[in-house]
Amino acid sequence: MKIAVCAKVVPEQARRIDPETKRLDRSGEQTLNPFDANAVEEALRLKGDGADAEVVLVSLGPERSIDALRKALAMGADRVVLVSDDTASGSDLVASSYALAKALEREQAELVLFGQQANDSDGAVMWAAVADRLRRPLISQVAELTVSDGSVRGKRQTEFGYDVIEAPLPAVVAVSDAINEPRYPSLKGIMGAKKKPQETVSLADLGVEAEHAGEAGSRTEVYAIGEPPPRGETQRIDDDGSAPEKIVDFLLERKAL
Amino acid sequence: MTILVFLEHHEGELQKDSLSVLGKALQLGGDVDALIAGSGVEGLAVQAGKYGAKKVYVADDPALEKPLPQPRVDVLAKLIPEQGIDTVLFAATVLTADVAAGLAARLDAGLNWDLVDLADQDGKLVGKRPALGDTVYVDVGWTGEPRLALFRTGAFDPVESPAEPEVQKIETQLEDFSTQAKMIEQAHEESEGPSIEDADVIVAGGRGLGGPENFALVEDLAKALGGAVAATRAVVDAGWYPYSTQVGQTGKTVTPRLYIAVGISGAIQHKVGMQGSNVIVAINKDPNAPIFEYADLGVVGDLHEIVPKLTELVRQRAA
Repeated sequence: MKIAVCAKVVPEQARRIDPETKRLDRSGEQTLNPFDANAVEEALRLKGDGADAEVVLVSLGPERSIDALRKALAMGADRVVLVSDDTASGSDLVASSYALAKALEREQAELVLFGQQANDSDGAVMWAAVADRLRRPLISQVAELTVSDGSVRGKRQTEFGYDVIEAPLPAVVAVSDAINEPRYPSLKGIMGAKKKPQETVSLADLGVEAEHAGEAGSRTEVYAIGEPPPRGETQRIDDDGSAPEKIVDFLLERKAL
Repeated sequence: MTILVFLEHHEGELQKDSLSVLGKALQLGGDVDALIAGSGVEGLAVQAGKYGAKKVYVADDPALEKPLPQPRVDVLAKLIPEQGIDTVLFAATVLTADVAAGLAARLDAGLNWDLVDLADQDGKLVGKRPALGDTVYVDVGWTGEPRLALFRTGAFDPVESPAEPEVQKIETQLEDFSTQAKMIEQAHEESEGPSIEDADVIVAGGRGLGGPENFALVEDLAKALGGAVAATRAVVDAGWYPYSTQVGQTGKTVTPRLYIAVGISGAIQHKVGMQGSNVIVAINKDPNAPIFEYADLGVVGDLHEIVPKLTELVRQRAA
């Protein structure tokens, strides 16, 4: 079975929005979106020892994203396809899902996996857009996943409790971060990651026309960045052993005890 | 402007957050219509009228019985161009997020999510979206129509605005791939134990507890304070604690006098369920945990050291 994992590379920390471009500042250290590590882990679990199974990572981003994506290779994924193109920057959901679907069509994986959300944009919708473009059944928020006899079954949490959805392969599945505990790459895995196939493709390689790329292909825009509404003061204590007393004092002061 | 509000329903009731979005749409002016999709749902149209929908489209079809997103994308993708709808609003849920994003792809339509407000600024619709862990608020918009928007849970309250709705039944034509996913078991509200929604004091535990056995720390503190125990989605999904205690976007929304978060990082999913609490205390060993951004008192330290001592102090005071 071939499993494609859609992964995003995100800023490691100190996130800020560039006031000029109104886009996320991606200049600092980059890392694999932590939620996508759950999708990688699930793909590796499903692959098991299957010699004819393959886990391929598909990502959109600048060329240097490859360094952060290598973590997934170190965990055990087989190869990476990075869609990288200057004209893709500023892509919103519509444009990104278009390019991602094109890259996935090329791979023809039986199962396409997504993580629960992107921790930079807080977006948690990409899978549904991609599933529609690929015209494949979708199961999202999956906390328990089984694959058997050409179909996939997911147990997931909604506002009303748990439901179970089943779909034939090929299918698109988004997993929750509760589904597993992603493994740490082993030293051997890290050493071997560099030798695994890492392909960078342009939008033209995928047949994405200019009108579908970047800002031209996007349907949303950002007008302004502002301050959040004011909230009360936050008091902060670093525990030196006296925290319990200080908490009690605080609760008494706030008449919360 | 012709606005359509997607109304979600569960066990014969329209959902409160959907009706809140309907109220928001009425403030924007123009025609406000609603869509109800399901099986045997025609009666719900009257409910929608109580909250101001003038025209209610009803897609009533056995194929829409289960709350699955893809058939609903088909219904909307047909309705929107036929009726010249330019704006489609959703209250964000597990179901509607998938419907809205599938629709965005199908219609090449812009989708802005996690909005806490939407306003007409000189003829242009501008949404407000908290970003970067709610540390900034971004004004967002659309470059074309239709415009799609998902609103964050609890962003508004429903407003009663009775109208006699015109009900228009619409036909359902489904794509072949849209009916491939089948719901084998449908979620039902579980009601075990006392409801945390009424609790005056809540002590909530998250993944930072390290394991289900450590929920005893949270339970002891809650007992000493005379409060209830709550949990995050992560630990509920991991099976550490029952779903009925879950606080957050896909759980309960609570507003106690005191909320103590133990080993909870405070992701948005959790925040929207408890940010209305009067006093919030957070105990977490990670100084960068987002919960410290909105706690009234943030304690950086080892919960295994702090919580038992805190429980003891609270007990002594009570005695």
